[in-house]
Amino acid sequence: MSTRQEILNIIEKNSRIDVHELSVLLGAEEIVVANELKAMEEEGIICGYHTMIDWSKTDIEKVNALIEVKVTPQRGLGFDSIAERIYKYPEVTSVYLMSGGFDLMVILEGKTLQEVAGFVSNKLSTLDTVLSTATHFILKKYKDHGTILAKKYEDTREIITP
Amino acid sequence: MRNPIGKKVVDIKPSGIRKFFDIVQETEGAISLGVGEPDFDTPWHIRDEGIYSLEKGRTFYTSNSGLKELRQEVSNYISRTQGVTYDPIKEIFITVGGSEAIDLALRAMVDEGDEVLIPQPSYVSYEPCAILADAVPVIIELKEENQFRLTAQEVLDKVTDKTKILVLPFPNNPTGAVMEKEDLEAIAKVVIEKDLYVISDEIYSELTYSGKHVSIVSLPGMKERTILINGFSKAYAMTGWRLGYACGPKEIMEQMVKIHQFAIMCAPTTSQYAAVEALKNGDDDVAMMREQYNHRRRYLLNEFKRIGLTCFEPFGAFYVFPSIKQFGMSSDEFCTRLLKEEKLAVVPGNAFGDCGEGYIRISYAYSLENLKAAMERLESFIERLK
Repeated sequence: MSTRQEILNIIEKNSRIDVHELSVLLGAEEIVVANELKAMEEEGIICGYHTMIDWSKTDIEKVNALIEVKVTPQRGLGFDSIAERIYKYPEVTSVYLMSGGFDLMVILEGKTLQEVAGFVSNKLSTLDTVLSTATHFILKKYKDHGTILAKKYEDTREIITP
Repeated sequence: MRNPIGKKVVDIKPSGIRKFFDIVQETEGAISLGVGEPDFDTPWHIRDEGIYSLEKGRTFYTSNSGLKELRQEVSNYISRTQGVTYDPIKEIFITVGGSEAIDLALRAMVDEGDEVLIPQPSYVSYEPCAILADAVPVIIELKEENQFRLTAQEVLDKVTDKTKILVLPFPNNPTGAVMEKEDLEAIAKVVIEKDLYVISDEIYSELTYSGKHVSIVSLPGMKERTILINGFSKAYAMTGWRLGYACGPKEIMEQMVKIHQFAIMCAPTTSQYAAVEALKNGDDDVAMMREQYNHRRRYLLNEFKRIGLTCFEPFGAFYVFPSIKQFGMSSDEFCTRLLKEEKLAVVPGNAFGDCGEGYIRISYAYSLENLKAAMERLESFIERLK
């Protein structure tokens, strides 16, 4: 496995790890690791160092919805231009072009149900190229970004074994 | 009343690990680096196959030797990793863990008084199994200066007319030592010259960090002299499924299966179905686990260097075996004090043979967070000793 891939495997799960510790785990020089990180940031491979938050455990209200959007692709621009119009809204957290029964998957984060509903009816549906939308609200997150939110790891092994 | 206990059993020393286990269990708030099994759960697709087999009602005995499909997968696996072909019908059978295979191999091959060469430090069961089979265990003391590898000279020094079997426990628990191809070639030469048989316990074969594991069966003339033992516990994090296998010459396998069929009947059916999935589609899981073990291994070695604990660099299994000789106390004393004073449990090296005295076994089958917390405790203990 390349150093790059190993770095990515580690920081995908733990972006707070520092260069020194990374270099110990990989058995590589610190300078090599630092250079790889910098290069991957510049190449846009590493796009950010976000924090995963389970908002449902706070008293801050958040509503997440997945919206299936059917659109008419535009000559010469395909889906890119309509996708751009949609992703520029700050309440939109993700936009994916999909295969299958619809075209764009839009993931939205709002404070209330009304806010999300308002966005769909006032802003999304009214775009010229949008043919239809179907909105699904997320009720509970069990697992997100490879992390199980429902329960914590518990070591159930015997304390000492040969 | 007559004494209900047989003499042979009474004379066998209880495992040194057991004694220590009892002390650790009474210590509240202890963290342990004493476990000899993976911290990962069995990969879900493998568990799912086990569950699915139950749903389908696959709840009967399999043949004594195990599912044909599984033996075929084992054969494919050895062929693709070692380039050696075993007949899945006559030369492979499925056991209840690698440990059953160790016991059977010894019982099938030795007569009273035959000598069995056992390199130590090593897994705790070879010596008692040899004794129960009426053989005479002859211990070879492995040395740190050889990175705990077995050398041809060490074998030659202990060979007599009565020597029949050499146990080859690599990658090694507790030292983490591996044998490279050149090391094995030297051993193979002696084995052939002295007309010995080898029981090669390769349960940690997938966990090597300096290149691929080489089995002694891949060397010329060795397949016909070797019982290759492996299993699913360590590679696929399947310890509780109790599943292993033995491969070897059909005349020996026949006799081992005979004992197996009277004592065990067959290995657990659910586990066998799950194991088929493991061998077919488990390579990525093994690679992921190996990568993480390797990170932890490097982390520990770096920490030892920082806090001043001497340790040779091991390239296999998930153990490190640092020396504590500089502190002038026995392994038992060191471990007991470490547990009492810092509530950190590690296993005294002498639990794996007398020559493990002066060492401790630290397992890295723990998350990095766990290891970090443990190293803080170890560091403050060692600071006080200096």
